[in-house]
Amino acid sequence: MMGYSDKVMDHFANPRNVGELPDADGVGEVGNPKCGDIMKMYIKVENDVITDVKFKTFGCGAAIATSSMATELIKGKTIKEALELTNKAVMDALDGLPPVKVHCSVLAEQAIKSAISDYYMRKGIDPAPIVGDIPCCDHEHGSCNCAK
Amino acid sequence: MEKIVYVDNAATTPISAPVLDAMLPFLKTHFGNPSSIYSVGQTAKKAMEEARATIAACLGATPREVYFTSGGSEADNWAIKGVARAMQKKGKNHIITSKFEHHAVLHTVQALEKEGFAVTYLDVHDDGIVRIDELERAIKDKTALVSIMYANNEIGTIQPIPEIGEVCRRYNVLFHTDAVQAVGHLRVDVVEQNIDLLSLSAHKFHGPKGIGALYVKNGVVLQNLIEGGAQERRRRAGTENVAEIVGMAKALEIACEGIESQNEKLIAIRDKLIENLLKIEHTRLNGHPKKRLAGNVNVSFSGIEGESLLLMLDANGICASSGSACTSGSLDPSHVLLAIGLPHEIAHGSLRITLSEENSMADVDYILGVLPPIVAKLRSMSPLWEKITRKNA
Repeated sequence: MMGYSDKVMDHFANPRNVGELPDADGVGEVGNPKCGDIMKMYIKVENDVITDVKFKTFGCGAAIATSSMATELIKGKTIKEALELTNKAVMDALDGLPPVKVHCSVLAEQAIKSAISDYYMRKGIDPAPIVGDIPCCDHEHGSCNCAK
Repeated sequence: MEKIVYVDNAATTPISAPVLDAMLPFLKTHFGNPSSIYSVGQTAKKAMEEARATIAACLGATPREVYFTSGGSEADNWAIKGVARAMQKKGKNHIITSKFEHHAVLHTVQALEKEGFAVTYLDVHDDGIVRIDELERAIKDKTALVSIMYANNEIGTIQPIPEIGEVCRRYNVLFHTDAVQAVGHLRVDVVEQNIDLLSLSAHKFHGPKGIGALYVKNGVVLQNLIEGGAQERRRRAGTENVAEIVGMAKALEIACEGIESQNEKLIAIRDKLIENLLKIEHTRLNGHPKKRLAGNVNVSFSGIEGESLLLMLDANGICASSGSACTSGSLDPSHVLLAIGLPHEIAHGSLRITLSEENSMADVDYILGVLPPIVAKLRSMSPLWEKITRKNA
């Protein structure tokens, strides 16, 4: 269905790291219910390493699968490594996404950056120089309205 | 084979066995071109004219008023563009339609708007039904055509067609109805219901895809859409798809024989489904509860997104559809759900189940067993659901 790869379907049907972390060190939420996708990501950080990560997602099959894959890719990694994760890497790890679903992978990248920003803010550190610009949710026609 | 419960009959229906049997000879032995004078051609021609008579009888029309098309979309395009261009010559340049028509109608009137036509889009209110007084107020001296669908394809609401026809007759305005979801499912009578033009499509009532018809009342002038030959009494060019025409007539004949008894059965199944789905908290029924097609169920589950729901239903063998943006391939959810006033996030969580006579109470019981845990699972991982429940706590 929808031209999803087996990996996308696997991560959709059996999403990894679903849930919440009550004692999270950083929480990020991106997306907009109007557009039909919201991702919320929780991270636990020890010595600059993401020791645990959970997510909750409202969205389509690709939104759930990219959230799941993104959490897998940053778990146990340093913050620096997590910040280097691109939406393309998430897509590649899922054996690709249909063109209309690329924005879901952007949303996953945003969710990670947003959670890390929150982590720095809680520590009283300005996240902007470290996290940089959070990419725009690039919906079908390059519209950014959804993320705002 | 794994279990399949097909409940997307508003999208398409399978060809029934008698329909296929009726078609096959015209794909094999009687392959002739109905325009040819030799007997192989004339056999095809005779079958085609018998099919026309059968279809006309089901609509309360005469055979001369039925024109074959490639389907519902062509019939809608032809009716609207054909009438608009013919009426433009008489100085009439205003069209009235509704906000929740099929895109075959909406995109056609939008194309005419770019050519300079004025279009009024009637509100369909929160129950999904146009109001007669609003139609009456919208009619002007320059109104060329009113095009209102017979029954909506997403939420199944049935429009007050005889009343609309009566108003159009009184104001001397032509009335077209896109009856793609209605023909074969509701008792249609073009004379009693004052219908001037009507579109239908065979694959919605167990006929083949790629074939439909436009009913054009005797005396209604409309420009041709497809030029190039003398077929269909010079009004629609192209060698006729005889096998599919024969199949369409057979399918409609069968459908029309059993409309009342089938609907009685379907309404019982539909209402059981609706009643039990509404037991799931934060679920709403879209469209009028009774003035809807016997096979149509359309509900929205707050906090979840339609495509995810469809994928999980598909994993359980249930074929249904949704009005979410993800399934429409656009940024916005269904224009129909927005037209009845649903907020975007509720429209994203919609599910359409459309039943046919091939569905049973057992199918409904299966769906009712599978669906609630899926909704619960998707809600358990939804940050939107978290917000909804927190707000209500």
